[in-house]
Amino acid sequence: MNKKFGIREVVAIGIGTALFVVLTEIQIPIGIPNTYLQPRMAVLAFLAAVFGPVVGGVIGLLGHALGDALFYGGVWWSWVFPEAVVGIGVGMLSKSYKVLEGGFDRGAAIRFNLVQIIANALAWILLAPVLDILIYAEPANKVFIQGAFAFLGNIIIIGVLGTILLFAYSRVAGKSGSLQQED
Amino acid sequence: MDPIIEFKDFSFRYRAQQEASLHDINLKIYPGEKILIAGPSGSGKSTLAHCINGLIPCSFTGETAGTLTVAGLTPEKAGVFGMSKRVGTVLQDTDGQFIGLTVAEDIAFALENDKVPQDEMFRRVDRAAEMVQMKDHLDRSPAELSGGQKQRVSLGGVLVDDVDILLFDEPLANLDPAAGKRTIALIDDIARTEKVTVIIIEHRIEDVLYRDVDRIVVVNNGRIAADLKPDDLLSTDILSAEGMREPLYVTAIKHAGAAINPADHPQHIEQMNVAPYREAVRNWYELTPAPASRPQSEVLLEADQVSFGYTSRHQVLQDVSFRIRKGEMVSVVGQNGAGKSTLAALICGFYSPSSGKILLEGEDIAPLSIKERGEKIGLVMQSPNQMISKPMIYEEVSLGLTVRGVPEDEIRERVERTLRICGLYTMRNWPVSALSFGQKKRVSIASILVMNPEILILDEPTAGQDYRHYTEIMEFLRDLNRRIGLTIMMITHDMHLMLEYTDRALVLSDGHLIADDTPAAILTNEDVTDRASLKKTSLYDLAVACDIGDAAAFASRFISYERRLRDEEKNAAEETGKAENLQKEVR
Amino acid sequence: MAKLLSYEENDTWIHRLSGITKLMFFLMWCALSAMTYDTRVLLVMILISLIAFAVSKTKWQQVGSVFKVIMAFMILNLAAIFVMSPEQGCAIYGTRKVLFHIAGNYDMTRDQLFYMFNVMIKYFTVIPAVFIFLVTTNPSELAASMNRVGIPYTIAYSLSIALRYIPDVQGDFHRIRNAQEARGIEMSAKAKLFERIRRTASIIFPLLFSSMERIDVVSNAMELRGFGKYKKRTWYAMKPLRRADYLVLAGTLIFVICALLVTYADGSRFWAYWL
Repeated sequence: MNKKFGIREVVAIGIGTALFVVLTEIQIPIGIPNTYLQPRMAVLAFLAAVFGPVVGGVIGLLGHALGDALFYGGVWWSWVFPEAVVGIGVGMLSKSYKVLEGGFDRGAAIRFNLVQIIANALAWILLAPVLDILIYAEPANKVFIQGAFAFLGNIIIIGVLGTILLFAYSRVAGKSGSLQQED
Repeated sequence: MDPIIEFKDFSFRYRAQQEASLHDINLKIYPGEKILIAGPSGSGKSTLAHCINGLIPCSFTGETAGTLTVAGLTPEKAGVFGMSKRVGTVLQDTDGQFIGLTVAEDIAFALENDKVPQDEMFRRVDRAAEMVQMKDHLDRSPAELSGGQKQRVSLGGVLVDDVDILLFDEPLANLDPAAGKRTIALIDDIARTEKVTVIIIEHRIEDVLYRDVDRIVVVNNGRIAADLKPDDLLSTDILSAEGMREPLYVTAIKHAGAAINPADHPQHIEQMNVAPYREAVRNWYELTPAPASRPQSEVLLEADQVSFGYTSRHQVLQDVSFRIRKGEMVSVVGQNGAGKSTLAALICGFYSPSSGKILLEGEDIAPLSIKERGEKIGLVMQSPNQMISKPMIYEEVSLGLTVRGVPEDEIRERVERTLRICGLYTMRNWPVSALSFGQKKRVSIASILVMNPEILILDEPTAGQDYRHYTEIMEFLRDLNRRIGLTIMMITHDMHLMLEYTDRALVLSDGHLIADDTPAAILTNEDVTDRASLKKTSLYDLAVACDIGDAAAFASRFISYERRLRDEEKNAAEETGKAENLQKEVR
Repeated sequence: MAKLLSYEENDTWIHRLSGITKLMFFLMWCALSAMTYDTRVLLVMILISLIAFAVSKTKWQQVGSVFKVIMAFMILNLAAIFVMSPEQGCAIYGTRKVLFHIAGNYDMTRDQLFYMFNVMIKYFTVIPAVFIFLVTTNPSELAASMNRVGIPYTIAYSLSIALRYIPDVQGDFHRIRNAQEARGIEMSAKAKLFERIRRTASIIFPLLFSSMERIDVVSNAMELRGFGKYKKRTWYAMKPLRRADYLVLAGTLIFVICALLVTYADGSRFWAYWL
C-alpha cells in the first residue's frame, strides 16, 4: 500500500463518511435520557484503525457535521471537533494494528482500546465541554455531565463493537494458513 | 500492418501466488479488430485484461516474463495513468465506476484529472455523451439511471479521451437481456464509427455474438486454448471442452448428431445456413421424449390481487396474483424496476401490500412480523458479502438459531445436518475467508436453510457469476429442491437460469404480471419477451428455421435432454468417486 | 426510512450563488450565532434568515420532518439546562429576579428565562441557514469551489464521493438490515445491552465489509481514469464568482463585524433589556 496520501485514502474518506452519516440512524438507548450508544463511533474507530489518523480525523469532522446537518438540520460545532480528535487519536497507531494483514490480535486490541479511551477522554471530558462553554456559554455542570456520558457511551461502543468489528474483519480479510478438511 | 497489442512469450505470476496466472502467452491484435476473450473463471482472462490496461504490474504486483507492447507503449513503464490515455477500460460494476455526482461530471472525470480547460471539457463531454446516447440525461444523478444507462455513461467516460483501445470487462454481468443487447449493439457501432480496437471479456458468448466479432480467443489455465474466427470456433467442440456455454442453437444442432461446417456461418442463427441440418434436427426432435409433467402438489404460497406503491400515485405492483406449489422451482423475471424485488420484499414483510393478500399454506400472513415470517420464508440476498456477519462458518450458520434461543445441542445437530446437505461439513471450523465465492454463497444459503423454511427466495443468485460458478450454485439449488423437496423462488434476469432450472416463470412488466407459464413457452413468445425486456431464445429461431411448428415444445425437449445428459455425467462422476473411495479403503 | 435533506434544483438567485459563497456565509453565520448573546443581533439574524429562506423558495415539505427532530432536540436541551443549572442565567447577568417559586431549590427567575430564551432563538438563527445551504447548494459545484479557495482537491473530492455514495450506502444498509431481521437478528429487541451490541455488530459487519469492497472498486476505477495524476485538476461543475457572490460575501462580512461590535460594545457578549 502507498504510504503517502493516495487514491485509496481519498476514497476511504468519501465512503467512510457516507457510512458514518448513514449509521447516524442507529442510536441504541441505554436508559439515560438523551444519551445513546452510537454504532457510528465504532465504525469511525474501525476506519481510523485501518486507514490512519488523517482518514480518521477527516471522517470524524465531515461525517459528524454532515450527519448532524442532514439528519437534524443543525450543526453543533463544539461536538464536531472532538469527533475529529477521536478519529486522529485512534488512527495514530494504525500501523501497529495490522488489520488488513490479518494481524489484529489480543495485543493490538489492548493498544487499540487504550488509545481510544485516551482519545475519547480528551475529546469528550475536556474538549467538548470547554468548547460548549466558550462558544455557547452553556452551564458548566450540564456540559461536563453530558461530556462524561458521551465519554462513557463512546468508550463502551468502541470498546465492544469496534473491537468485535476489527477482530472479525481482520480474520476475514487476512490470509488463512493451512486448513484441513475434517470428517 | 503492425499489431496494436502484442504479447510475446508473456508470463505473469501474482506476488502472493505460487503458480503463474499466465503462461507463455503469444497473441497479436491488430488495429480496428474486435476480439472476444472468453474463458471460465480463474482462467486468466481478467489477468490478461489487467496486463493491457497497466493495472498489472502497477497496482497488482508480481513477476512478469516476456514482452508486451500496447499501442507502442510498455504498460510497466507507462503506468496506469499513461495507459489510460490509450486504453479505455469499462468495468463490470456499474455502480462502483460511476464516480461523478451527475452524468456529465462522470464523463468529464478523466478530463478534469488532466487539467483540461472548462470550455473544451464541455465540448468533449457533449460529443462523448452523444456517442453513447446520453445527451439528454447530462444532469441526472446515478440514482435516476438504470444499470444499462450507467454503463453507457462509463463508456462515455473513456471515450472522451481519444483512446485507441476499448476494453470491456464482463459488460453483460449486471444487465437485463434487452439492455445487454443494446450494449453490444452500441459497442459495435462505436467500434465502426470511431475506428477503435475493441476487446470484450465475457463468458456469455451467444450474447456477445449478437453482433460480429473478428476473433474469439479462448483462455484456460493461463494459456490460450484457441484463437479462431467465430464460425470456425463454433464448428469445433473447444468451448464445451473448456467449460463454457456454446450458443444454444449450436449445441442443439450438435445434439442432433450433425457436424457444423464453418461455411454455413454459425456465428448468427439469423444468417446461418440451416438447410443442411434441418433433417437431423427434425429427427432428433421427433425422437426426443417430452419432459414428464410434474404431479400437482398443494399450494404453498399464494398472492391474491396484491398491489403496492410507495406513494398512492405511483403503483409498483398492481393486482398481482399467482400460486406457488410445494416443491416447485419458480423464477420471477422482468426488467429493472418491474417490481421483482418489491414482490420479494412484500412476501418477507419488509413492506405491507396496499391491497390484496399474501397466503402461506392458506393462511394470511399479514399479522406475522418480519422475524416470524423469516422462520417460514428464507431470503437469500444477491451477494453473500451482504449477509455474512461472522468470521467462522459454524457461527455464521448457527446465528439464526442462537438469536432465537434454540438449545445448544439442538443447534449443533441442526447446523451439522445443514452443513452436510450443503457440502460444507468438512469445512465447518474454517473461517469464511478461506472459501471461494460459490462456497460463500452456499454458506449464506445454509444460514437460512438451518431455520427449516418452507420456501427459499433468492435474489439474483447468479449475478456476476461465470458459467462454472453459476452451474455450481444452480446445481446445488436443484439438488436441494429434489432431495429435500424445498420450494424455491428465484428473482433473476438470466434467461439461461430461467430456462434450464425452473419449472415455471412469472413475468412482471411495469408492476403487472403479464405471463405465468413454462420458461420454454415464455421465451418463444415474442409479445411477452418484448414487453418484459427479455430475449427470445435462439432455440426458437432454430425451430422456425427447421419448420418445427411448436417452438416451445422444441425448447423444452432440448432442456430436458440436456438435463438428462448432465445427470448421467454427474452420476457417472459419483460412481467413479465411490469406486475411488472403495479402492482407497481396500488399500 | 429516514428522509435526508438534499439538494434540489431550482433557479433563484440564491441557487445561482457559488457554493463557496454559501459555505462562507453558512460558516460565518454559525460563528456569529455561537458568539453573540445579544438578543437584538439574534433577532435581526432570524429576520435575515427567514427572508433568505423565503427567497430561496425552499418548501416546507423539503425540510419539515427534519425541523420536527431539531425542535424535539432543542426542547430536551433546554429542559436539561434548567434541571441541571437553574441559576445559570443569574450567574451570567449578575442579577436575580424571582418570578415564581417551583419546588425545592428551583425558582423560575427572569434571568434564567431570558437566558434560555436566547439559547432557543440561537437555534432559530441557524436552522434556516442550514436548510438553505443544504437544499440550494449543488454538491459538485461546492467541491469545485472549495478547491479554489485552497482546500486540497483530494479532500474536496472526498466530500463529493461521500455525497455521491450516501444514497447507495443507505440502500445497502436498509436491505441488509431487513434481511438480517428476517434471520431473527433485530436491534429493537428487548435484550441485554451487550447482546444488543452484538446483534448490531451482525448487522453492521456485512455493511462494513461491502463498503470496504466498494472502496477497492472505486479506487481502481478512479486510478484507471487518471485521478491524482497532477497537483491540480479542473472541474466540470466550476462556476465563476459573479458580482452577486462578492456582494453577498462583503455584505455578510460587514454585517458580522457590525454585529460583533454591537455585541461586545460593553465588553460582555451578554445583553439584557434590564441592564
